Amino acid sequence: MTAVLELKGVSKAYGAVTVADDLSYRLGDGEALGVIGPNGAGKTSMFNLITGTIRADSGQILLNGQDITRQSAARRCRSGIARSFQVPQPFAGMSVFENTLVAAIHGTAGPLAKANAHCLEILELTGLIDRANDPAGKLNLLGRKRLELARALCAKPRILLLDEIAGGLTEKECHELVATINTIRKTGLSLIWIEHIVHALLSVVDRLIVIDFGRKIADGDPKKTMASQAVQEIYMGVDADA
Amino acid sequence: MTTSAHAYSISRSSTASRVAAVAGVLVLIVLVSAPLWAGRADMRLLSEIFLYLSLACLWNLLAGYAGLVSVGQQAFVGFGGYMLFALAIFAGLSPLAAIPLAGLLGAVIAVPVALLIFRLRGAYFAIGTWVIAEVFRLSFAQVSALGGGSGTSLPVAIVRDMASSRSMREATTYWLALAMAVIVLAVIYLLLRSRNGLALTAIRDSELASESFGIDIWRNKFVVYVLTAGLTAMTGALIFLQKLRISPDAAFSVNDWTAFVIFIVVIGGIGTLEGPIIGVIVFFLLRETLSDLGTVYLLILGVVAIAVMLKAPKGLWGTLKERTGLELFPLARRVVKKKS
Repeated sequence: MTAVLELKGVSKAYGAVTVADDLSYRLGDGEALGVIGPNGAGKTSMFNLITGTIRADSGQILLNGQDITRQSAARRCRSGIARSFQVPQPFAGMSVFENTLVAAIHGTAGPLAKANAHCLEILELTGLIDRANDPAGKLNLLGRKRLELARALCAKPRILLLDEIAGGLTEKECHELVATINTIRKTGLSLIWIEHIVHALLSVVDRLIVIDFGRKIADGDPKKTMASQAVQEIYMGVDADA
Repeated sequence: MTTSAHAYSISRSSTASRVAAVAGVLVLIVLVSAPLWAGRADMRLLSEIFLYLSLACLWNLLAGYAGLVSVGQQAFVGFGGYMLFALAIFAGLSPLAAIPLAGLLGAVIAVPVALLIFRLRGAYFAIGTWVIAEVFRLSFAQVSALGGGSGTSLPVAIVRDMASSRSMREATTYWLALAMAVIVLAVIYLLLRSRNGLALTAIRDSELASESFGIDIWRNKFVVYVLTAGLTAMTGALIFLQKLRISPDAAFSVNDWTAFVIFIVVIGGIGTLEGPIIGVIVFFLLRETLSDLGTVYLLILGVVAIAVMLKAPKGLWGTLKERTGLELFPLARRVVKKKS
């Protein structure tokens, strides 16, 4: 598989706190990559580095082979990287539809004419069409999570970054979300999904990486990785014996 | 994906906005004809209201949308005023030509100012803008050709040049003030309705999400800062055309041109287009009924501001809008289901 995104030795530290430590991996075209790791391991920081809201101290980030390490967040979005935020960041004073329109108009490099229709399609897909005119600030948690997904999709990304999009949802809501994400995958985009709800993650992703203290400590087949010594140590304590 | 998106269309007006548009045109006709029916004092008061409305709308765009909380807009009010006087006295320009030119110069001077103070954030930015305004005040106080610290008056010949009779002059300055308010409202309305307006509104709500969705925050803020400075300088030129006299203390007064303006915007509803209009009405109602009380009037203004901030932090219009979704200027894009 050709890599749409590649991290080469990306590091970032805030004083003594290292959030990314020589992080390297490739994301294949159309691939779905899952990311797990303990709280504070640097998963969201990794997304911030990829989207450009924080800058790497060293290392390179390549998008379709082009170095984007020094590019602004806005430019990276137009180049095809869109994200959902772990803590939803809706444009609270704007309607749900207008939230998606911001992404469709400013987040894409494509023509404007189709923005309205594209947003409406995405709102239907994500089950938000009946709430299109509601102020985004009035949505409940499920609504906000869906809006995060819808807004990211309206930017027509090549790479979709999902940050704990299933967190806090009920079992049923979680199933619906997984179904939606699997539908989206059929359009051929690549995705990286950070999630603590492992069964939801495993029903979507092709590959899994594990991050701890900013370092990648495992990378490979999801089920094998989950069963690996490294993961067992992080999640169950040092002794992996049952 | 589904194709039923065709079952919806996007509407940009509402019954309220259509009623407001008709009412707005009627009010405008009444105001334009004021020289026919209003007395001299009333016209002066109305002019002052229009110019405060202009300042309030501009500060609202700056702080309420672009998140640039400036407490130094008096820099541009005073600069515009001084440019009017300088262009009239030294270059012999008629005030009508000097006013737009003062605005243009205000925008030009805003470029280096922006490059400097955009390095500051939040409270530091606010203080930085105030420092800039003080630098402007002290600089103009050094210009002895413009009267130095004690200021100067607009020469009679230049004033006469505007219109021959006194009543015609007063009508002209009145219409200019009205035109200024209308232009500012129109510019801001059109800006907010455009795709740039969508970006600005997004920046108002979340800078993090805005930059992550392709919006160049610095560029948007810069454009707003320069545009606002230019229009504020034009308003300043008009303010001092009406006063016919300028001095550094009057021109760069933080009280007159920023504190009252912030009061108006906060009371009316920051981050809404309608807020400054409501705010300016409330402010002048209070001022006209209470200003005889002297300093007690300022205390009452303070109490009103505190009460609104505690009870309705989004201002009068912001609170109403939140409860009813009412919008007089049709900025929103509504998804409407087509009848099949």
